[in-house]
Amino acid sequence: MGEVLEINGPIVSIRLPSVLNGEQVRLGRLSLIGEVIAREGDQALVQVYESTEGMAPGERVEALGHPLSVELGPGLLGQIVDGVQRPLHALQAESGDYMARGIQVPALDRDTLWPFLPSETLAPGDTLTGGQILGTVQETPSILHRILVPPGFEGELLELAPPGNYRLEQAVGRARTRDGNTVKLYLYQRWPVRVPRPYGKRNDAARPLMTGQRILDTFFPLLKGGKGSVPGPFGAGKTILQHQIARWSNADIVIYVGCGERGNELVDILDSFPRLTDPYSKRPLMERTLLVANTSNMPVVAREASIYVGVTIAEYYRDQGYDVVMVADSTSRWAEALREVSGRLGQMPVEEGYPAYLASRIAAFYERAGRVETLAGNTGSVTLIGAVSPPGGDFSEPVTSHTKENVQVFWALSKELADARHYPAVDWNESFSGYVTEAARWWAQEVDADWEAARSKAMALLAEDRELSRIVNLVGPEALSSAQRWTLQAATLIREGLLQQNALDPVDSFCSPQKQYALLALMLEIHREGTRLLARGVPVQRLLAMPLLAQALRLKHTYSSDQLAELLEFGNEIRGALAPLHSEYGHSAEDPP
Amino acid sequence: MSIAEFRTASVARGGLLYMRAVPDVGLGERVLVRDHANRTRNGQVIRTGPDVVLIQVFEGTDDLDLERTWVRFLDTPFQMPLAPTVLGRVFNGVGAPADQRPPLVSALKRDVNGAPVNPAARAYPKEFIQTGLSAIDGLNSLVRGQKLPVFSSSGLPHNRLVAQLVRQARLPGDDSGFAVVFAAMGISHSDARFFRESFDDSGVLRNLVMFVNLADDPPIERLILPRTALTVAEYLAFDLDLHVLVVMTDMTNYAEALREVATAKGDVPSRKGYPGYLYSDLAEIYERAGRIRDRHGSITMVPVLSMPSDDITHPIPDLTGYITEGQIVLGRELHHKGIYPPINVPPSLSRLMKDGIGADFTREDHAQVATQLYASYARALDIRNLASIIGAEELSQIDRQYLAFAEAFEQRFVGQGEDEDRSIVETLTLGWDTLSMLPKSELTRISEKDLARYHNGHEQDSAA
Ligand SMILES: Nc1ncnc2c1ncn2[C@@H]1O[C@H](COP(=O)(O)OP(=O)(O)O)[C@@H](O)[C@H]1O
Ligand SMILES: [Mg+2]
Repeated sequence: MGEVLEINGPIVSIRLPSVLNGEQVRLGRLSLIGEVIAREGDQALVQVYESTEGMAPGERVEALGHPLSVELGPGLLGQIVDGVQRPLHALQAESGDYMARGIQVPALDRDTLWPFLPSETLAPGDTLTGGQILGTVQETPSILHRILVPPGFEGELLELAPPGNYRLEQAVGRARTRDGNTVKLYLYQRWPVRVPRPYGKRNDAARPLMTGQRILDTFFPLLKGGKGSVPGPFGAGKTILQHQIARWSNADIVIYVGCGERGNELVDILDSFPRLTDPYSKRPLMERTLLVANTSNMPVVAREASIYVGVTIAEYYRDQGYDVVMVADSTSRWAEALREVSGRLGQMPVEEGYPAYLASRIAAFYERAGRVETLAGNTGSVTLIGAVSPPGGDFSEPVTSHTKENVQVFWALSKELADARHYPAVDWNESFSGYVTEAARWWAQEVDADWEAARSKAMALLAEDRELSRIVNLVGPEALSSAQRWTLQAATLIREGLLQQNALDPVDSFCSPQKQYALLALMLEIHREGTRLLARGVPVQRLLAMPLLAQALRLKHTYSSDQLAELLEFGNEIRGALAPLHSEYGHSAEDPP
Repeated sequence: MSIAEFRTASVARGGLLYMRAVPDVGLGERVLVRDHANRTRNGQVIRTGPDVVLIQVFEGTDDLDLERTWVRFLDTPFQMPLAPTVLGRVFNGVGAPADQRPPLVSALKRDVNGAPVNPAARAYPKEFIQTGLSAIDGLNSLVRGQKLPVFSSSGLPHNRLVAQLVRQARLPGDDSGFAVVFAAMGISHSDARFFRESFDDSGVLRNLVMFVNLADDPPIERLILPRTALTVAEYLAFDLDLHVLVVMTDMTNYAEALREVATAKGDVPSRKGYPGYLYSDLAEIYERAGRIRDRHGSITMVPVLSMPSDDITHPIPDLTGYITEGQIVLGRELHHKGIYPPINVPPSLSRLMKDGIGADFTREDHAQVATQLYASYARALDIRNLASIIGAEELSQIDRQYLAFAEAFEQRFVGQGEDEDRSIVETLTLGWDTLSMLPKSELTRISEKDLARYHNGHEQDSAA
């Protein structure tokens, strides 16, 4: 037992001999939980996950003997938990609509009976090692939960429970460790959140994460196991983009971490996901989703923890052989929580008040992404996507710049595009993807051999568009040649007919890879055919007046991903609309260019 | 312990009072500070330890004589008494009466800091509020339970806009209206008078609670004022089932008071001298807006702030925009053109509009009209810019149509009278009138079905 010495917001200094760095402690009358972040002699500094209001010096402190850990087992999916994994629905039942303090509810429900099927290849006497699959539980209709031997364990299986329904606290196995102790095995385990979970080895041969968002998948692709970030000023569309990824990406599991952002954005997910279906499994989205919520008005220290809670759960499903996507909105709030704690500790700030270890923390966080061979010999992946909220939209600030150094995909959102309601406001000039070559292999195999060339052509048109627009803004549109004016028009088709995608439109919200390519190819075909006609002397005004162009811009929200054949029909309309021009200018449309 | 008075003040500076050797004081505890003239000031403990207890004094620490300063620790947090009779009252920041009437007494008292709402207990705000202002209703709709600030600048008519909004806000087809909680922080006497008269005219006085800290009142009191006000708003909304509209002005004065105390405490500054925790601090205030599942009332919040040097990237508007559910931005350029309300449309946003409009609340074409107006106006502003470089006569026919569209949009759609209360249908009709100045082929954000129905007033034709 120790005592509280001084209280400075969420930082409390205590006297408690022999407590360890990182150890959890329980403080005061309210039984608040905190974590030791520094020690000196018999004193220690604790960051507290809940408001310390009302706490007084002299109150008692008790060490709990373990670091901040999460419970991992069936019952995670479909839940919403706070930054230290307290289940919010259960908390509400316990303490009402407002967050009461000092309430401890286990993360995983202890009363649920789970249908356990033991692994058929295991028998008593077999050697057990960490990460091995003991059996399975159908966690939700779409997800089969693989019950894993806790990492680090080595020993011999003594007994494995028969198929049947078990609660979390009922053992489903017994084993003898190397040093002769008998231990019980359960459907769940704990893991300290600040320690990455072990795996066999990294395996980088990855496939693209398809998000159903054209500008992401076609222009700046991300891979399963990759690292991406979404920086942008407020209102540019970071949250909607992350919601879209959580909705439509072809991952098995989605962990959504609401880190220091709005409460209503989580309610939006809680309300809509059970009603939306995963386009691949056709199951309700909530069955594969877990929400971690520490909203902006919740305690700042738990905000710092929430990111690690999320990524640890992501790793746990990866270890079962799943492709997991974790989106974190926003990593800037996590960095600010670090800054606040470091400021209260009186640590020397280096840039904009941030501590010197900001860069290494960001790097270490993104290192937890990756595609791996699991300890059980499967492959699984964790894809990390972090929103960044730069003050004043200034990308040179520390969190954005350190993040940029650590990610392979950078979806930079622009205020100008958002102000013109061009969403997603991903700025094609500022964004990058380091995965285009890998993605191209997949597209060529699965969709069309010409994908990479078509993508490059579209990018080139956008680059030309930028140059030409600059000229127009200096000297006016009359200075452009016919071909250049046609290029501007083609760029408009790409920008408005392809890149722009309305998340709120039921048809446009999700776009399959096939539809993405079809739209791209159609826009390029209009450009190519028009260029041929220009070469034959057709005045550019005639081309620009074609009703076809406005129709092309409406394709994306006219035909859903299931109406590919109808969409491709538009190719005939292009040829039909151009045929009169061809004959008028003395050639048949069938002529070689 | 609540009886004893301590006379161990060691330093008084910038609104902070440092006390030595006061045992077992709780964080956040309320204190009374008695000065040499026997006047009482209110304070709150913001750091506590065996050696030093730090107190923030809401009336400031000016001319405290440390030898003759007595401090009483009340062993309770700062609380606001709550009763239905709170309606119609005026208070200062710490909840003391400012209307020459007796203090509010009630057995029910709540800690003004409140507690965070459990995110799982929230209900998503959806119900469209008609403010009668086209630039808001048509393009940036407000819904019950939303927090939608007004970003303004000195000399712009934000007071008139907010007064009009309070006067006109209602749910279409529902006349019950709102109870209003008005939180004034550091505003001038004449602005305070303007609001009082305008509330009087609109007949909301009986449903109004005011918390007033004027420009010449102690600045540190501004730190607790919005918390006191929101404690009352929560009571009205979630105990008495009322729909509450909270107006808080001016949040810039709040943030400046916060900076003052942070600087005095020696907190590490982040941008422009504001402490790194300004974001979390503002969020504790703004996130108190909203709806709660299975409770009838709601808190809709309209904070007003002035952007220092018209700069939207300044930390105060910036952090606010990162927390609130959109923003209504006022622009000097429109104001100079004589347009009221001078709502600068491109940077304005309502994030909760998407679920609060459409066939269920307004009309099925609403979302498309709004997006199209935004997109066309953005295009028109580019062209206006181009015209200023190369001259309007160099523009193509279609570009000139865009210029005319922009004029009409600003003058007729955004611009309206201070007493003009437009229905949402009138707003949408005006929207279509302006869009119809452009050919259909330019309106690709709108479905062909709606174009056929509404472009060039076809709806009226078919109805006739
Ligand atoms: N892809 C999109 N489609 C349609 N609207 C969008 C899209 N992205 C953003 N928006 C609009 O922009 C608003 C702000 O987006 P949000 O993601 O909340 O921004 P941020 O998180 O960057 O502040 C949303 O409320 C929505 O109205
Ligand atoms: Mg956001």
